[in-house]
Amino acid sequence: MIKKHLYCIFTFRKTTDAMAAEKLCIREGIPGRLIPLPTEISAGCGLAWRMSAEESEKYRDFVPNYERAVIMEM
Amino acid sequence: MIYLDNAATTLKKPECVKNAVINALCNLGNPSRGAYEPSLAAARIVYSARERLAELIGAENPSRIAFGSNATDALNTAIQGILTAGDHVITTVCEHNSVLRPLYVMEERGVSLTIVGADKKGRISYDELKGSIRENTRAIVLGQASNLTGNTVDLKRVRELIGGRKILLVADAAQSFGSISPKDLTAADIVCFTGHKALMGPMGTGGIYVREGVNIRPLKTGGSGIHSFSKAHPQDMPEALEAGTLNCHGIAGLLVALDFIREVGEEEIYNKEKLLAEAFLQGIYDIKGIKIYGDLSASPRVPVVTLNMEGISSSVLCDMLWTDYKICTRAGAHCAPLMHKTLGTEKSGAVRFSFSYFNTADEVKAAVLALKEIGKSIYD
Repeated sequence: MIKKHLYCIFTFRKTTDAMAAEKLCIREGIPGRLIPLPTEISAGCGLAWRMSAEESEKYRDFVPNYERAVIMEM
Repeated sequence: MIYLDNAATTLKKPECVKNAVINALCNLGNPSRGAYEPSLAAARIVYSARERLAELIGAENPSRIAFGSNATDALNTAIQGILTAGDHVITTVCEHNSVLRPLYVMEERGVSLTIVGADKKGRISYDELKGSIRENTRAIVLGQASNLTGNTVDLKRVRELIGGRKILLVADAAQSFGSISPKDLTAADIVCFTGHKALMGPMGTGGIYVREGVNIRPLKTGGSGIHSFSKAHPQDMPEALEAGTLNCHGIAGLLVALDFIREVGEEEIYNKEKLLAEAFLQGIYDIKGIKIYGDLSASPRVPVVTLNMEGISSSVLCDMLWTDYKICTRAGAHCAPLMHKTLGTEKSGAVRFSFSYFNTADEVKAAVLALKEIGKSIYD
């Protein structure tokens, strides 16, 4: 059985916002990576930034241009 | 071979451009269509190119840059996307058909068009431009530099004469972007550009800058990689003006060309091209029977020198330069019919020499010598 973890998923309105966010997160050392938008979440852009829910408590406010931040198990 | 048709396209590109395109062909997926590495790598390249272009133009937000296939594509998008029946639009006789023809299309759809004239040196009258403004004027569309005379238009001055009116300034930067300082482009609300001329990128690259707050009805709708279940195409820039897969291979080449320009310096590039054009002018101005067009004393100019020689047609001169000297130039009407009418070259056409950063002083000397020899053969 695949072990699930709790993550914070940051969604974006458009790809350009996702790319800008990735660039800034990498530059500033904000943890996470781009993933395909989980099907459970609705958003404009098919890319989302994922970090662990635990880390999101510290870094949530530093992710730029995001539309929504959703905590979910995956 | 000496290539002096850089206003058509820059044939010699920085070495890195070729490598970047090959690398892109081998490694890139479709940008914004997946979260796997080849797709993300493509999306990163596209985003970086937006950033560089925004930086060059002086725009704060890279999202305001949308990619298309060339300046003509961008001009059609701008002109057809901002004008509606009942609007009035102003342009000038200096323009390329990429401006004029979309405007004629809009004229047929109920837009009224005023075409401001120019003098024998191809200089527009700013007073006439201001005097042409009406209550329903929606836009002024003009080139920052003429592809025929090399003259430039002061966009800041045009912006000033617009004043507080709600008139959009649309700049055709096909000939100027990459040649003269792009900082003046911030005066425009919309900038239409190509990547394959002075920006030294591959053909099939280009785009449009749209100032924050300006909305353009898209010419094309379709796949965008976002909002897939919406019937309407996304309205946010840049996706609003980008339907279908981008020319990511070309954009990868354009990106490194932009890096090259930044590394060398815009000023350095402008100065070198200016020196080459000036050396050419100095070498040819006293050739018997030569007629050079444009305002040669003005500054800035783009590195274009257009001429005719008495006693020889422009097409024959152009062909002799190629067959006898292996010098590439452009003859004919240069897609600028009204400019030719103004200069009195409607029937004769003219031969255009256009220089790039990669031309050399020796190439200029060879071109001067060729013209001198041809001139001598006509009169001796």
